[in-house]
Amino acid sequence: MPPSPAGARAPLPQALVDGGRAPGASLARRLEPVLISLAAVCVALLIFGIFLAFDGLNPLDVYAEMFRGAFGTWFSFQNTLQRAAPLMLTALCTALPAQLGLVVIGGEGALVVGGVAAAMAGIAMQGASPYAVLTVMFIAGAASGGLWIALVGALRAYRGVNETISSLLMAYIAIALMNHLVEGPLRDPASLNKPATRHIGELNMLGAMPGLDVHWGLFYGIVACLLGWVLMKRTVFGFAAAMTGGNLRAALLSGLRVKRLIVVTSFLAGAAAGLAGMVEVAAVHGRANASLVAGYGYTGILVAFVARQNPLGVLPVSLLLGGIGASGGLLQRNFNLPDASVNVLQGILFMVILAAETLYGRFSAWSFGRKPVSTSAEAIA
Amino acid sequence: MYMFSSARAALGSRRAFVTSFALLATLGALVSCSKKSAEPEAPAAASGAVAAATPAAAKPFTVGFIYVGSKTDYGYNQAHAEGAKSLSSIAGLKIREEENVPETLDVQKTMESMINLDGATVLFPTSFGYFDPHILKMAEKYPSVTFLHCGGLYTEGKHPKNVGSYFGYIDEAEYVAGIVAGLTTKSNKLGFVAAKPIPQVLRNINSYTLGARSVNPKVTTTVIFTGDWSLPVKEAEAANSLIDQGADVLTAHVDSPKVVIETAEHRGIFSTGYHASQAALAPKGYLTGAEWNWETVYKAYIEKIQKGEPWDHLVRGGFKENFIKMSPYGAAVSDATKAKAEEAKKKFLDGTMVVYAGPLKDNTGKEVIAAGAQQTQRDIVLESMGYLVEGVKGAVH
Repeated sequence: MPPSPAGARAPLPQALVDGGRAPGASLARRLEPVLISLAAVCVALLIFGIFLAFDGLNPLDVYAEMFRGAFGTWFSFQNTLQRAAPLMLTALCTALPAQLGLVVIGGEGALVVGGVAAAMAGIAMQGASPYAVLTVMFIAGAASGGLWIALVGALRAYRGVNETISSLLMAYIAIALMNHLVEGPLRDPASLNKPATRHIGELNMLGAMPGLDVHWGLFYGIVACLLGWVLMKRTVFGFAAAMTGGNLRAALLSGLRVKRLIVVTSFLAGAAAGLAGMVEVAAVHGRANASLVAGYGYTGILVAFVARQNPLGVLPVSLLLGGIGASGGLLQRNFNLPDASVNVLQGILFMVILAAETLYGRFSAWSFGRKPVSTSAEAIA
Repeated sequence: MYMFSSARAALGSRRAFVTSFALLATLGALVSCSKKSAEPEAPAAASGAVAAATPAAAKPFTVGFIYVGSKTDYGYNQAHAEGAKSLSSIAGLKIREEENVPETLDVQKTMESMINLDGATVLFPTSFGYFDPHILKMAEKYPSVTFLHCGGLYTEGKHPKNVGSYFGYIDEAEYVAGIVAGLTTKSNKLGFVAAKPIPQVLRNINSYTLGARSVNPKVTTTVIFTGDWSLPVKEAEAANSLIDQGADVLTAHVDSPKVVIETAEHRGIFSTGYHASQAALAPKGYLTGAEWNWETVYKAYIEKIQKGEPWDHLVRGGFKENFIKMSPYGAAVSDATKAKAEEAKKKFLDGTMVVYAGPLKDNTGKEVIAAGAQQTQRDIVLESMGYLVEGVKGAVH
């Protein structure tokens, strides 16, 4: 390397800037999850293809139809986006605490609590401008969902209660609480055979995003995932979380306020799921009722795990699941397959994706292996 | 450091390369295999589809059915699926079915998908909770599509013109089943596993109890509310608990009475069914059951729509209109009991039966219908029922 005019102020070797890795390796590191996941999807489709063939169907026909149902037309694509929206938010309820090494599976409860609180806020705010109503509903939904999971986090941090079990049990409590409220004190007397709260008012409903037939929940979901990623991967808070998740003792010895980290992260996780509940009420039902318990919270767990708990990874995985949901109906309608066949596909898909985790760290070096060697040689020279 | 890591990576990469190659080769083989095995079947399927489509000299159209649970749930959804199946003989009609569709945006998207991708022009979204807001929203968005909903919720002037709603007075069949149960029980204790204390369910429990007590005044019905439409574990627990309390005839009003009927059979007691026939699940103890007969409703709607005639926005019926039916009597039902049950059924058929006649007290002792007053089957007051009649053990709240 020729001596640089600035002498000591020579630019740092790229490798050091990039966390001790060469740019090629960094590219590989970034592409790795994409390539491995795509390969896993292909393998899963193959296995499911055999399953279909046994049913006397041509897998290619089925996949063509599924593609049409999920992405093939503008309507289909919007259908996929719409179905993906709540999953983005509920997946964060699992993905964020996972950074700390916690396994929270109670997103369903936070969603229900958020939905009921948002409906109560919306009803209480009758007469105010729609913007005010929606803002208060937004805050009520996120805050109540957040508190619900923060309670789980606090139980963990201060009483040592297993967060997986407590979050699941809290979900049952949330559903029972909602049933009690919509069948009792909050019941709209006009809702005879389907107990529900009063309506928040058509004017106050959250509409579709401009140019799309998809409600604003999608926007919230994408923004929340992006913010979640920034928080966990680009801030001191996120670093502290990762450290706690990586080695609790080291984190405690370094003086990190682990308990507070747990409670705050749980709050944020619950807030995401609570927001999903608010969107269900504000954009879909207009009221809180048993329809809130639709399993989005539980599907979110799946999304988070398949996304390897990465808030950004949640986005494509939600889309994939949304797509399966959007096209699953066509399997039933046009091929007379039972609904369970979609579950079989989902099951195969996730087993393969999770199994493919063992490929990490091998595949990347193979495809981009040449470059880092020369770059690092240069760096050393 | 770099050297070391890249050397390890290179080593790993070779192994990964070999692995991936082997994987790809296997995949390739699998593709060709699965293709081959699918081939002989494919033409058959294709010709089947063509055969179904061609005899449609009449105006061919597509009808979509949407169910909230499984089509083979021995319950609510199966009753609708049986109705849908009865349409398959109609020429020029393509039926598209989708099951397990929750009462969320999912059902809106399923409806839209049926309209946009399958070309459906008539939809039967069958779950009660599909109506508001889902069907209403889609009906506004697709005014040329007809939406026919099960639940009887249509209100003239308030709801879109392309929406219809139908429902049946199935409590008539519950009354008759109650007679059979009341005459069969030895302990005079009937057990009822119910989902939620809402008017529809309360009316079934009350009619069942009134039927039983009309032939055996010593009968009481104990009711357990599980809290939701499909909670198999709780339903089994409730059934066992009722049997432990001495009930010897069980029935249920949940989406699928399967678990309750099976539990009753296991424990060697009797049962009466609901929604569809559960006779196959309990060959010994199944007495009879209150079943929907949606075939009548669906055929009537489709015939009118096919001919281009106007159809009714609100259709309701009981035994007389053939909207409901009884499961065939089981082996344990005596001839005398059958005669009593048939007698009551005949009264429903000729319109002389009044189930809710005063003086009628609820189970807290409060008079709900005064002496001399009566509420006939089509009386709208009955549809906001909020009480359990005398003879029912249980509470609405």
